[in-house]
Amino acid sequence: MIAWVLAFFATPLGYLILTVLKALAILVPLLMGVAYLTYFERKVLGAIQLRKGPNVVGPWGLFQPFADAIKMIMKETVIPSGGNRALFLFAPMLTFFLAMIAWAVIPVNDGWAISDINVGLLYLFAISSLGVYGIVIAGWASNSKYALLGAMRSAAQMVSYEVSMGFVLVSVLLCAGSLNLSDIVRAQQHLWFCIPLLPMFVVFFISALAETNRAPFDIPEGESEIVAGFFVEYSSMAFGLFFLGEYANMFLMSALTSILFLGGWLGPFGLWPVLGPLWLILKICILLFVFLWVRATFPRYRYDQLMRLGWKVFLPLSLLWLVLTSGALLAFGWLPHA
Amino acid sequence: MIAALLFWLFAAVLVGSAVMVVTARNPMHGVLFLILAFFNAAALFVLAGAEFLAMVLVIVYVGAVAVLFLFVVMMLDIGAARRKGGWQAYLPAGLAVGAVLFAEVLFSLAGWKLMPAAVAVPQPAGLSNTAALAGVLYTRYLLLFQASGLVLLVAMIGAIVLTLREHTRSRHQSIPRQLARDHRETVVLLDVPLREAPVVPGEAKKQAAPAPGGAE
Repeated sequence: MIAWVLAFFATPLGYLILTVLKALAILVPLLMGVAYLTYFERKVLGAIQLRKGPNVVGPWGLFQPFADAIKMIMKETVIPSGGNRALFLFAPMLTFFLAMIAWAVIPVNDGWAISDINVGLLYLFAISSLGVYGIVIAGWASNSKYALLGAMRSAAQMVSYEVSMGFVLVSVLLCAGSLNLSDIVRAQQHLWFCIPLLPMFVVFFISALAETNRAPFDIPEGESEIVAGFFVEYSSMAFGLFFLGEYANMFLMSALTSILFLGGWLGPFGLWPVLGPLWLILKICILLFVFLWVRATFPRYRYDQLMRLGWKVFLPLSLLWLVLTSGALLAFGWLPHA
Repeated sequence: MIAALLFWLFAAVLVGSAVMVVTARNPMHGVLFLILAFFNAAALFVLAGAEFLAMVLVIVYVGAVAVLFLFVVMMLDIGAARRKGGWQAYLPAGLAVGAVLFAEVLFSLAGWKLMPAAVAVPQPAGLSNTAALAGVLYTRYLLLFQASGLVLLVAMIGAIVLTLREHTRSRHQSIPRQLARDHRETVVLLDVPLREAPVVPGEAKKQAAPAPGGAE
């Protein structure tokens, strides 16, 4: 029986079905995670602000995400007059799609990635740099000044923070000697990269906040000045897709930070390697908590302060650290064999 | 078989979207078709086994260059271009440029062959094409590589010099000065006598002169 199943999976059709099953094995838990991240966020924010958070729907409010989802699906999709209908509907789909396909290269355990490609890191960087299109197209197609302002802010912000993020990625891949995400995790067998590259870890995490448009860098939404920014005209499931995309991107950035700096599926001090995926999930949850904690703690950055931080602080710092890293690797003979 | 089918699919979409870039009425659509063309070019690179070039194409052109294009087109606020007459005036020049380019393509196709030195280099098995590319780029062609970097640097400095103006009217915030402020220069304690209008320093002047922004 098992031999028959394995033989079937070796055929082209079987391979296709196997890939779909693998994708579902990642996406279904991811979407459940996204649903409960919204619940978790409201509970954490509530606790920090001495409130209870959602506590009515189901025990401890646990069914709240489903209530929200049903509400969202039942609403009407309003398309603004004078807007570009096709692009207006395309933008949220693009955002959601990009947040999903990035997971194809994330290794959950040793050898557990849907596609273990050699340029995994570049693939992720490419996908995350495309995220800006969903927002810019949404802002333009809405035919609304608030949406356009939000889109412009977001385009400038995401392009700026990508630069320093790129330099951080370069210093990580210099230490690991590979662009393959599994190899990067294996290179951290003895020492997680967050220790030698601590400043880069901090820069990367803050840039991740900016890339996902989260507080304190949520000026593309900026509800106190431009209402809701780029998705002010969106309702119903089109809004829902943006929402899901943003939260899935938070998951993605947390997973990427765990893989690059916190040893991915490796336990601390090589503890319990059996737990593999659970270690990764635990790290993702801790980073997500930091995302929410930051949101509850810091006020929103002003636009010029945001640009200054990206270009005048992070860029020189990451460039300097890149030179230091490569110098140290060369001087002490620590260069990994390519 | 599947690879060949995919090649024809991507190639067809690439050519189709390239045509749409120049024929689309709405400039915004033109830029989006350009992005689609970049994507299909990247897909062709992947099919050719050059995954590093594919990813770099997406990161540089789609992730950065096209975003700026889109930004500029959005800002210019050009509506859908109306069909204007007078295109016949540009026809000879356009045809001449097209003919020259086409002739160049023909000549280079006719004379195109792999460099013997490149063919002779053995391809070691198990070497990823990122590593292979780096191995050549950073050893044999290091000087050219650095020189191309310098050219980009010159272009960047040129662009900055051309666009940078003295911002005399912009309200620039000096962060160190802002951080060095303390309560002594911002908070004024007044001894306000009862039943008399308090005199706040600076307030009288502000009321007398109109605000610098104008009275709109």
